[in-house]
Amino acid sequence: MEKFEAVVVGAGIAGLAAAYELARNGVQVLVLERGKSPGQKNVTGGILYGQSDSPYNLDYLFPDFAKTAPVERRITKSFMHNIAGDQVKTVDTTPLHEYKTKWAYSLLRGAFDRWFGDQVHKAAEKNGGGVLCNVRVKGPLMENGRIVGVLCEELDEIRADLIIAADGATSDLTRAAGLRGWGRPDTWFQGVKVVVKMPTADIEKQFGVKGDEGTAHLFAGDVFGGTRGGGFLYTNKDTLSIGTVFHLDSVAAKKTEPHRHLDRLIKHPIVANMLGGKYEELEYSAKLIPDGKKMALRSPYRDNLLAIGDAAGQMKAAGPIIKGMNLGVTSGILAAQAYLKAKKDNRLNEAGSNYASALQASYVGRELFNSGGGFMKGIFSFGPTKAIAEWGAVNTGMGMNRAIAGMNDYALASIAPDDDFTYLTLPVRIAQKMGQKVSAQAATPKTRTTDERIAALTYDTDIGREHIQLTDSSVNASGRAVMTCPVSASDSSRGCYRIETVVDPSGKEVTKVVLDTQPCVECGTCALMAATTWHTPRGGKGVGYQYG
Amino acid sequence: MVDCIVTVKGVPDFREGKVHFKEDNTLNRGETPTVLNPSDRIALMAALEIKVKHGGKVTVVSMGPLGYKTVLQEALEVYGDDAYLFSDRQMGGADTLATAYTLGMGMKKIGLPDIVISGFKTADGETGQTGPQTAWLLDYPIITHVISIEVDTGNRKVLARRLAGEDIEEIESPLPCYIITDPNFEASYRSATHRLRFLKLQEETRARAATIDSVFKAWNATELGLDPKKIGLKGSPTIVNKVEAIPTAPRERTAKVISGKDDQALAEVAKQIAQAIRG
Repeated sequence: MEKFEAVVVGAGIAGLAAAYELARNGVQVLVLERGKSPGQKNVTGGILYGQSDSPYNLDYLFPDFAKTAPVERRITKSFMHNIAGDQVKTVDTTPLHEYKTKWAYSLLRGAFDRWFGDQVHKAAEKNGGGVLCNVRVKGPLMENGRIVGVLCEELDEIRADLIIAADGATSDLTRAAGLRGWGRPDTWFQGVKVVVKMPTADIEKQFGVKGDEGTAHLFAGDVFGGTRGGGFLYTNKDTLSIGTVFHLDSVAAKKTEPHRHLDRLIKHPIVANMLGGKYEELEYSAKLIPDGKKMALRSPYRDNLLAIGDAAGQMKAAGPIIKGMNLGVTSGILAAQAYLKAKKDNRLNEAGSNYASALQASYVGRELFNSGGGFMKGIFSFGPTKAIAEWGAVNTGMGMNRAIAGMNDYALASIAPDDDFTYLTLPVRIAQKMGQKVSAQAATPKTRTTDERIAALTYDTDIGREHIQLTDSSVNASGRAVMTCPVSASDSSRGCYRIETVVDPSGKEVTKVVLDTQPCVECGTCALMAATTWHTPRGGKGVGYQYG
Repeated sequence: MVDCIVTVKGVPDFREGKVHFKEDNTLNRGETPTVLNPSDRIALMAALEIKVKHGGKVTVVSMGPLGYKTVLQEALEVYGDDAYLFSDRQMGGADTLATAYTLGMGMKKIGLPDIVISGFKTADGETGQTGPQTAWLLDYPIITHVISIEVDTGNRKVLARRLAGEDIEEIESPLPCYIITDPNFEASYRSATHRLRFLKLQEETRARAATIDSVFKAWNATELGLDPKKIGLKGSPTIVNKVEAIPTAPRERTAKVISGKDDQALAEVAKQIAQAIRG
């Protein structure tokens, strides 16, 4: 049987950070990635942050990454647009953006992860390892009840002293190892995004940036029909990333297809004006984002299998600012160092507990497992307190200013409850009381239909080996998938999920849910919204993002 | 260690947009680029698989004009440690037998390998004879239509699976032997170590292909010590009597183009279809 010292499952930003730290410390590390290349399966909003309260950021691995890595723009300004109809109150949230921020760059995962993968491959080759794509890891290799390696679809089983599960939000490995399940709709966010082409000169003109500078724009208010969540627009070098992120349970409850919120945001005068009358969509993408408060694993290991990044549910939302990638980088480095320490101490089986302690002591643990936050949140959510806060915020000028100031208060933003008050009431009132009418100065962008978006994506379909199977096609059990799946729509003829009424042999009309996995973007939404058996497609198959 | 020689050929690029025909429907060789025969790519993949799993050397050989160096370059992009081109005016007009003689003599000069691999037919000649004739001249046992290969280096034998119509046959042969790959041949790498080695070898061979000169040799008839009576047109017993162009199928009905993007145009299409159905 083949043996590598370490196997990292998933060539995303977390897995690659772990692998690089291992490789440069002389560990023989094999990275297994199910995409055709690193980044092909990955999507971000997205901004990569460097935390000023941790040394374990990307620059710990690559001190001059800003020059050598394909990052997009250094995000220097952040704005929050509170929307009520066509009334908008824009608040400068740069202080919140800069809180404990060492640096921040917008990036696209296609180019970035490919670069990162190349660096890891070169470093790992020196010790007889490397990055292998087109390989799907199904689960752990067990021996006498212990995890001793991995089971792959395309390769024979591989033994390893260290196994790192970095296979993302939909992680097959952590589920197979019993570290976590699918959770519930209210433990996830769902994000959808478009990458839009915009020449560098236009970006500089429209957003008032020059050189490597970039801006972040966040959106909240009634533009999303009461769905709990918000929107974003980040400037890249010659593209824009525009997207929306909502609590998945809210998407399901509001019964609005997620892409419609995104389209509404793009067509709102505030965004349409930023686009300046030009709109060329390059790529549509979607992903599930774990709600770190509920999903982050406090003890993210079993035997010598250590889970990092999205696979371990690590995500931090401070109000409108969502941090995920930096948590992945940090936990990746910590997991690698935990193993190195265990090896040095000659106590290999302590890698997991070393990692859990290091994680707990880091900002990741402080931010995600902080019980104080829960307590404060309880007070904040408590009816009378909330009513007072709301009254204060809404009815007095001072309250208004305080509410705006609150948007830049990291502690407050971190404990803001996930309810209508935060997502809707407050931004709407702010916009109504203090905002200005924004009128369209540019043509309304013509967004793509779901069919057009699917047609523009690249797939390597695996006909006859569908990775998702409906186990109950009744509307009751699986009907919610039609509305919530980001590549299904009521007006789509080629989406994943449809409700069809057919006449059965006895002449009776039967209404049922029909699934076609070909347009699937592997986000995992339907694993929570329909009765399915869900796993990722085999190596090299399925969707392949270019931008991500 | 298992040494392989792979035979490759330059063929006209028959892909849409690349291929050009003269007015009399014969191929316009001047306008049509010469590329690596698609089946030979598969033969090279088979040699690469053997190299990944057992080490050794992969030598690529071809016969043709000096311009075929670009074809060998293309071959090296798939895999090759070195490349030989047997090139001489006297070799022109060779049939499969004269080609087999030239290739066989070239291989003897290079040093006979454990396995010779050829692709299944060339895209232009389509005879499928050169490989078997070369095997006969070398006195190597031959396995055709091979879809997978396993080499047992200890016992010096090959276990090949071949596609015989709808059946799959397992054939064992001693080394050395001659393999003709089937278009359905598929290399199988179930080990991470093998896949990593594959990536490494691929990277190396691409670098070699880019600067081919250090691994490329061209030999003429004299250098190969060929019998002038056995090469080129003179050495070719095949007589091509006549080449017939496949006639274009006659048009069976007249087509009517309806253009436009509006409902009216669509209605017209519907009307025409309805009429056609009614007869």
